[in-house]
Amino acid sequence: MLSRTADHLFWMARQMERAENLARLLDVSLAVSLLPASRGGADVSAPLVLTGTLDAYLARHGEPDASRVLAFMSFDAGNPSSILSCIRHARDNAHAVRGKITAEMWMSINATWLEARELAQGGAGDQAFFDWVKERSHLFRGATHGTCQRTDAFSFIRLGTFIERADNTARLLEVKRHLLDDADAADYYAWSALLRAVGAFEAYHALYRDAPSGRRVAELLLLRPDMPRSLRACFDEIYKWLARLEGDNGRAAKRLAAELRAAQAYTSVDEVFEAGLHDYLTRMLGDITRLGALVHEAYLEAA
Amino acid sequence: MHALTLPEPGHFDEMLLQSGGIRSHYRTFAHWLQAQSPSVLAQKREQANQLFHRVGITFALYGDDAGAERLIPFDTIPRVIPAAEWEKLEAGLAQRVRALNAFLEDIYHEHRIVKAGVVPGEQVFANAQYQPLMQGVNLPGAVWAQVTGVDLVRHADGGYYVLEDNLRVPSGVSYMLENRKMMMRLFPELFARHAIAPVDHYPTLLLSTLRRACARENPTVVVLTPGHHNSAYFEHAFLAQQMGVELVEGRDLFVRDDHVYMRTTAGHKAVDVIYRRIDDTFLDPLAFRPDSMLGVPGLMQAYRKGNVVLANAVGTGVADDKSIYPYVPEMIRYYLGETPILDNVETFQCRHPAELDHVLANLERLVVKEVHGAGGYGMLVGPAATRAELDEFRARLLAQPENYIAQPTLCLSSCPTFVEAGIAPRHIDLRPFVLTDGRETSMVAGGLTRVALRAGSLVVNSSQGGGTKDTWVLEE
Repeated sequence: MLSRTADHLFWMARQMERAENLARLLDVSLAVSLLPASRGGADVSAPLVLTGTLDAYLARHGEPDASRVLAFMSFDAGNPSSILSCIRHARDNAHAVRGKITAEMWMSINATWLEARELAQGGAGDQAFFDWVKERSHLFRGATHGTCQRTDAFSFIRLGTFIERADNTARLLEVKRHLLDDADAADYYAWSALLRAVGAFEAYHALYRDAPSGRRVAELLLLRPDMPRSLRACFDEIYKWLARLEGDNGRAAKRLAAELRAAQAYTSVDEVFEAGLHDYLTRMLGDITRLGALVHEAYLEAA
Repeated sequence: MHALTLPEPGHFDEMLLQSGGIRSHYRTFAHWLQAQSPSVLAQKREQANQLFHRVGITFALYGDDAGAERLIPFDTIPRVIPAAEWEKLEAGLAQRVRALNAFLEDIYHEHRIVKAGVVPGEQVFANAQYQPLMQGVNLPGAVWAQVTGVDLVRHADGGYYVLEDNLRVPSGVSYMLENRKMMMRLFPELFARHAIAPVDHYPTLLLSTLRRACARENPTVVVLTPGHHNSAYFEHAFLAQQMGVELVEGRDLFVRDDHVYMRTTAGHKAVDVIYRRIDDTFLDPLAFRPDSMLGVPGLMQAYRKGNVVLANAVGTGVADDKSIYPYVPEMIRYYLGETPILDNVETFQCRHPAELDHVLANLERLVVKEVHGAGGYGMLVGPAATRAELDEFRARLLAQPENYIAQPTLCLSSCPTFVEAGIAPRHIDLRPFVLTDGRETSMVAGGLTRVALRAGSLVVNSSQGGGTKDTWVLEE
């Protein structure tokens, strides 16, 4: 496959995944902002910190305000990290390789962009919008799964999805670390919102049959192989899709993916907390970034 | 019932007779049409619009500030051609394409037609489209134009005329294919009632033509596009996908030791045939425009050495130039020894003083075209022009007569078309796509029908408010 094609497919998938994760994060921010401050509420700048857009926001809007942050992160075309911008980037990447994706994938992503543009006219991001984003992402993933031939193209799409998701899950935990660190001062509402954001609320209760605790939430989202948004699951997938790619030029990327997968598989939650969650997540984020760079070098800008 | 506006007297309508009667090959359709409720048909048109938008069958306009993509309006009343008529067109098109290829082979080799005095040398060699670096280059099968789009119009006398040949990078075939798909989706019952020649094998025909353009066994074919900002990008991507070949941009290719390679995730891969949708002068910054970012440095060197095939060849533009057009019937006689099956439109070459005088004296009755113009830009339609426009063109003609040709204003045939007030005749043309590998010529039945949506307008170009229709060749 053309390196440029692989690059567009990879980023199409990453940007769509990013839009979905952003919707999840904003959804939890909205839920938490409705809680009294004593229960973990008023944490309105979290989405800005997570996407590295706090300075840009402060320069334009001043003190974070819940509804303005939601609008800024949802629909602001001038904010390159907004959901609207992610969808546009995803669609532009798809457009550049529309001959390489199926008609159904293209129609799904193009319709998402056309509709998002219209929804953006409406104003604020609210729960209905976040649900819509998740739904559109599911639809696109479904179209991809249901129609895309299992060639390298599919591998690069999946690779983009899971590198992005790993990054986003790690970031989400890093931003909410103050809740996790305070390991046993369980705040039911804030935990519940976080679990709901990653679609893990039901799984948590089925597994632990208990009120949420920081340690267990961390275990669920970092180490459980059966949680599709956990770091562990993402590393398993990244390793799998990388291993399927033909050619020798990906050796360094494949090696790092294998290392990350093994480390994640044989780490216990106690070890994570002994090392300190912040240090652990910082190291993970660094590794994920490094992996992305290696994939780029090996496949996406190959000469 | 639908409000059907009859064609004006003296016009040829594809469906309706002056009396209001229906031509025989349209009877089944007209009967069906009258049985449909206008509101259902309006819904179908809306559905077509939404589908085209969702599929993203759009085109970008040059000079459009918003950079917005627009839909080419699609009309749901098909243009129908009876089998016998198409048979004659097909023979005429094949003949024309054979002669044009022979002409290109000749003017880049021995110049026999110039030496014989049939085509003036200055028209060929001083032409900006003539590429001196192609002189003496031997192409596989001596094919210069694998893909030709020929614009045909039907005049009030009921006869077809060739308006122009397109031998560079003719576009529009994707609309032909998508229009058919849309009609089959919206009105499957019509396809049960008619025997309509299929068109959807065009990409297969194109691929086999491209593969045979190269002597190598199992050649690697790619489609070269200027990129997704190009107005025809949809078509480039569409054809690459339908043929199952890579869609490349210049930056995906590189030349090493006079061979062309593409950059892939598994290293570099040799390329044998490039179906290029980029103009000559953007192909290679080393050979043509040094500022072009679209091309591939060293491509021309690899090409001239015969290590890669470009389809169409470099330098074909000289044969579809409007100053060469008047000589095509002569080419057919000269190279093939045959009588032209398709007629040219009578053409006055303003570089001849006598013909210029005639043009100036009859300006309000003529269509004046720039010799190198395309896309309906830079032309004057005399009967529709204002006094000021006529004066402006008169000045331009006097200043640079060699830049212009003029033709009688053809009364393009019309076809009933949905408009705001029901159904009314609108002028149409036809662009069939002719493929050749040097030995055989092939084409799918019909082509792209373009329609001028403004009442009375003769300009069918999509950049100027034209739309398209599905084109049916009825099998007998």
